[in-house]
Amino acid sequence: MYSKKIIEEFTNPKNVGIIEDADGVGEIGSTIDGDVITVYIKVDDDVLKDVKFKTFGCVVAISTSTMVTQLAKGKTVEEALAISNEDVQDALGGLPKGKDRCSGFALDALHKAIEDYRNKS
Amino acid sequence: MMDIMKRIYMDHSATTPVDPRVVDAMLPYFTEKFGNSSSLHSFGQEAAEALSMARGHVADSIGAREEEIIFTSGGTESDNLALQGVLSREPGKRQHIITSVLEHPAVLSTCDFLKSIGHDVTYVPVSSEGIVDVGDIERAIRDDTVIISIMHANNEIGTIQPIEEIAKIAKDNDVYLHTDAVQSVGKIPVDVDQLGVDMLSISSHKLHGPKGVGALYVREGTSLTPVIFGGGHESGLRPGTENIAGIVGFAKASSIAKERLGTDPARMGRLRDALIKKVFNTIDDVRLNGHATQRLPNNANLSFRHVEGESMLMLLDIAGIAVSTGSACSSRSQHASHVLDSIGLDPDYIHGSIRISLGRENTMDEVDYLAEALQETVAKLRQISSPVEC
Ligand SMILES: Cc1ncc(COP(=O)(O)O)c(C=O)c1O
Ligand SMILES: [Zn+2]
Repeated sequence: MYSKKIIEEFTNPKNVGIIEDADGVGEIGSTIDGDVITVYIKVDDDVLKDVKFKTFGCVVAISTSTMVTQLAKGKTVEEALAISNEDVQDALGGLPKGKDRCSGFALDALHKAIEDYRNKS
Repeated sequence: MMDIMKRIYMDHSATTPVDPRVVDAMLPYFTEKFGNSSSLHSFGQEAAEALSMARGHVADSIGAREEEIIFTSGGTESDNLALQGVLSREPGKRQHIITSVLEHPAVLSTCDFLKSIGHDVTYVPVSSEGIVDVGDIERAIRDDTVIISIMHANNEIGTIQPIEEIAKIAKDNDVYLHTDAVQSVGKIPVDVDQLGVDMLSISSHKLHGPKGVGALYVREGTSLTPVIFGGGHESGLRPGTENIAGIVGFAKASSIAKERLGTDPARMGRLRDALIKKVFNTIDDVRLNGHATQRLPNNANLSFRHVEGESMLMLLDIAGIAVSTGSACSSRSQHASHVLDSIGLDPDYIHGSIRISLGRENTMDEVDYLAEALQETVAKLRQISSPVEC
């Protein structure tokens, strides 16, 4: 069973969307597996000024996506990189068993977006 | 508009509510008529009488004879008894089974076990509409083939298999034919002679009876051994003191289902077709999985591009509607459903499938409400998923 917090985040996700002039983009997953997460970041003065996502996937994929973007927004690049899977899960009130595989996708996508940003700059 | 707090159940392929008349029929067998049917005294006689009556009713619902009904704990056990019961007649001898890729895990996992002890299994494929090719079955028959097990109707996509034709092949080749009719009994007419099967599995909880009870029809003359051992109950094929209350309930449910066959299938078919039409009229990029006509009247299995099944299920649940999904992201299971895999569903669609299985109590208002909720759900999830801004 999913926590109240997961259902709440899943039904009212924040930061859904695309940043057209993103400084970094990270995509994780494949339609074969059934979860695809793309995270877009806008960086200004080493701070994640904006973070948005598009997610095709399950309840965990969507709720972790919105939580990761909320946790990362306003943080410095270093602080964002320090966000752990546990931080995300704690913020969501824990995840049910058997969902480990896709629970880290959103964070991976954020990290990939940061990598993309660093490669560009 | 629908009362928001009312919950709508559209997952009747998973299980059904027990009919209140069934509950009434069962109740005396817990408290007053609690006897053991093997006892000689009047308490035992009451139980034995109830058992015999129930056996008659279940037999009658599928055109069988009383002696041909073996009560079990449900569909899973019936499938196990049919397959294992035939193969264990000759312990140590390697034998061959023919089944399909579409079967329920109750058959597929039993086949896995039988393979692990040295037997051989051929899994015939299905068409993109989810129907087996009778020619494939005929070609798979070998000298050591002892049983063919093909389900009557599929639990996910509702497709109905050509059992009568398969029965001819089985007969010509002197091979037993078993069918898992767990999803079809009560939904469409099922007659063991018309189908021509040697064995047929039924489960009570799919037809508004209690859970944990079912039957295996075993045609007279079929040679079968038990897979569990004990007393001589159920012609020695299924030892253990009978679940009389459950069996009485199952029998009552079977009789009611049979009575309702004249009206229920047509009514559910109308609701189902109205639903499909509404969905196709209001939502883009949607597919109906399975066969257009060779399918259960209460089943609609729909796939939507760019949405994921579990997410859809949860949003519909929040809207008060219970459906199920055969597709899950790879976290929950290795793959999307083996059934959707077997019909070669496009990867863009395979994770976005939901199964709507209607029941007697569903109404056109509920179907309208579902169609609206689906439209909102899909739009919402596509807004989250779509790589282009909506
Ligand atoms: C086709 C099919 N076979 C077998 C079963 C198992 O029946 P039971 O739950 O009674 O063991 C089911 C139920 O899920 C089913 O749909
Ligand atoms: Zn997932």
